[in-house]
Amino acid sequence: MELARLYGQMYRIRRFEETLLELFSAGKLVGTTHTCIGQEADAAGVIACLDPERDIVFSNHRCHGHYLAFTGDLEGLLAEVMGKATGTCGGKGGSQHLCRGSFYSNGVLGSIAPVATGMALAERERGSGAVTTVFLGDGALGQGVVYESLNLAALWRLPLLAVVENNFYAQSTPSRLQLAGGIPDRARAFGIETEQLDSTDVLEIREAAARAVARVRGSGEPFFLVIDTYRFSPHSKGDDHRDPAEIEARRLRDPLTVAAVGLGGEQRAAIERACEEELAAALAAARAAPDAG
Amino acid sequence: MAKRCVDALNEALHELLASRDDVYVLGEDVLDPYGGAFKVTAGLSDRFGGRVLATPISEASLVGVAAGLAIRGYRPILEIMFGDFVTLAFDQIVNGISKFREMYDGQVTVPLVVRMPMGGGRGYGPTHSQSLEKLLLGVPNLRVVAPSECHDLGELLGAAVADDDPVFFIENKLMYGRPNRRPEDGHVGELACRETAGPYPALLFSGSDFVGGSATIATYGGMLPAALEAATELILEEELFCEVVALSSLLPLDLDPVLESVARTGALVTVEEGTLTGGIGAELAARVQEAAFGELRAPVRRVAARDGVIPSAHGLERAVLPGPADVARAVLELAGTRAGER
Repeated sequence: MELARLYGQMYRIRRFEETLLELFSAGKLVGTTHTCIGQEADAAGVIACLDPERDIVFSNHRCHGHYLAFTGDLEGLLAEVMGKATGTCGGKGGSQHLCRGSFYSNGVLGSIAPVATGMALAERERGSGAVTTVFLGDGALGQGVVYESLNLAALWRLPLLAVVENNFYAQSTPSRLQLAGGIPDRARAFGIETEQLDSTDVLEIREAAARAVARVRGSGEPFFLVIDTYRFSPHSKGDDHRDPAEIEARRLRDPLTVAAVGLGGEQRAAIERACEEELAAALAAARAAPDAG
Repeated sequence: MAKRCVDALNEALHELLASRDDVYVLGEDVLDPYGGAFKVTAGLSDRFGGRVLATPISEASLVGVAAGLAIRGYRPILEIMFGDFVTLAFDQIVNGISKFREMYDGQVTVPLVVRMPMGGGRGYGPTHSQSLEKLLLGVPNLRVVAPSECHDLGELLGAAVADDDPVFFIENKLMYGRPNRRPEDGHVGELACRETAGPYPALLFSGSDFVGGSATIATYGGMLPAALEAATELILEEELFCEVVALSSLLPLDLDPVLESVARTGALVTVEEGTLTGGIGAELAARVQEAAFGELRAPVRRVAARDGVIPSAHGLERAVLPGPADVARAVLELAGTRAGER
């Protein structure tokens, strides 16, 4: 059933991200990472509506959830972050510069919007029917190229789905210090259709995304989907100065807890067990793989 | 009469769009009847319609848009109306197009061309007259191509479009209106001319049939006429024979033709229209002394614009930009160049 599959997706993303943070804490990983713990329902719900054979996803620095939901490739991502030759990009990209099939990510927030816009133009010209989805955050809305891209996507009628995961923080800076005006209003100004939902319910997000994807695919025009969410984990590794009470209050809406309500205990345990086994095997394989370089 | 450079480039664009379905042209004001600020894109939109796209004034995004097209199988040619505006696009250049192929471990290519009119001499003032190509030289994985009026402009633009890496194609604004003087019978005017092989050839000029010679003048793009004029003056006034090397590939820097010439002449003067500090002359000087210190009888001299703004007023602009007299003076100031000093 669909909820079980989406729960599995989210649990897999959650445990992957937790594993990375554990490896960093243990000094077994170097560099940096940006985990999406708490935001898993966005990746699972939106990408469930896409066709990995046809569609395109362009993600940002916080890209692991999107990558896992779109490609399924847990072992390649783990190896990439661990600097192994078997990694998705042979160890060259690391955590935030990924490419596999029609999945791409890059590490400079809003900079990905123009490239995704160009990809949507390419697919329109080819007549492939592909939807190009670009994942942005509220932080990226500070960058001017996002608005240039929205203007182009509207003007040229491009099949671009912009998803804004609004977690109310640009790294450590809360929205009230960095964001004026409304988020959907930004896209409406260009005549782009928008929807905003405040949800961590993966089924609800999937329904909204299904409407958005159908709209883009049917009309060939852009859509702007804003999902209000929350990140439990720090921006990257240990850099968190938010009020712990605020985080705890948000945990009541943990997307895993919300989804678990609709699943039986045994069913959930089986999903989680399978995922733990997969993760352990991927970790063993990545550890055994040769270092890049 | 040779065709004007602007017409040669325009014909090349027509041929590229006619011969390849994957070529698109994007830029500000490129549509007919306007046909681009310098008319290089004239007639394209009337003939090729939807493959020629007028864009908003959004340079910061457009290089990224072209990258998206390129990664997904097209070969876009983007015009930046004045090369000065490339500064707006630097994030896409440094953190995007130059990195995608290598950081994605060869899973993608980014075959795009950015055409940029550069250079002064038209009184456009500080923000519309610069030669900023040197800013791109420090960005690995890009190619920077700067044709001169003696290069085969169509061949060079075709090579840039066929290239699987991003190419910045530098077009000097004064060059547009000048004749495209291709070598005939191995000569351009009175000077012998050789062209190196490969997609981005260099041109070598000599007044003494590549025998002997007092110095090598290495240059590119819009400075070639000044270098050739200086070389001719030096023959007539001083009986000094110089070789002139006009590079077309600035990045990667095409060093071999310069080394080959320096081996004959023993001295080097570099000439560029951009400002002096951190310029192409600096890179050439460093590389030539590394590779051929023993061949040099004098320190390398650089001719470039003064480190400052390019003023609008004609007289002030002329004083800042290098010209033939500056090139000739630099040659004469090289140690051991004047007769009797050798």
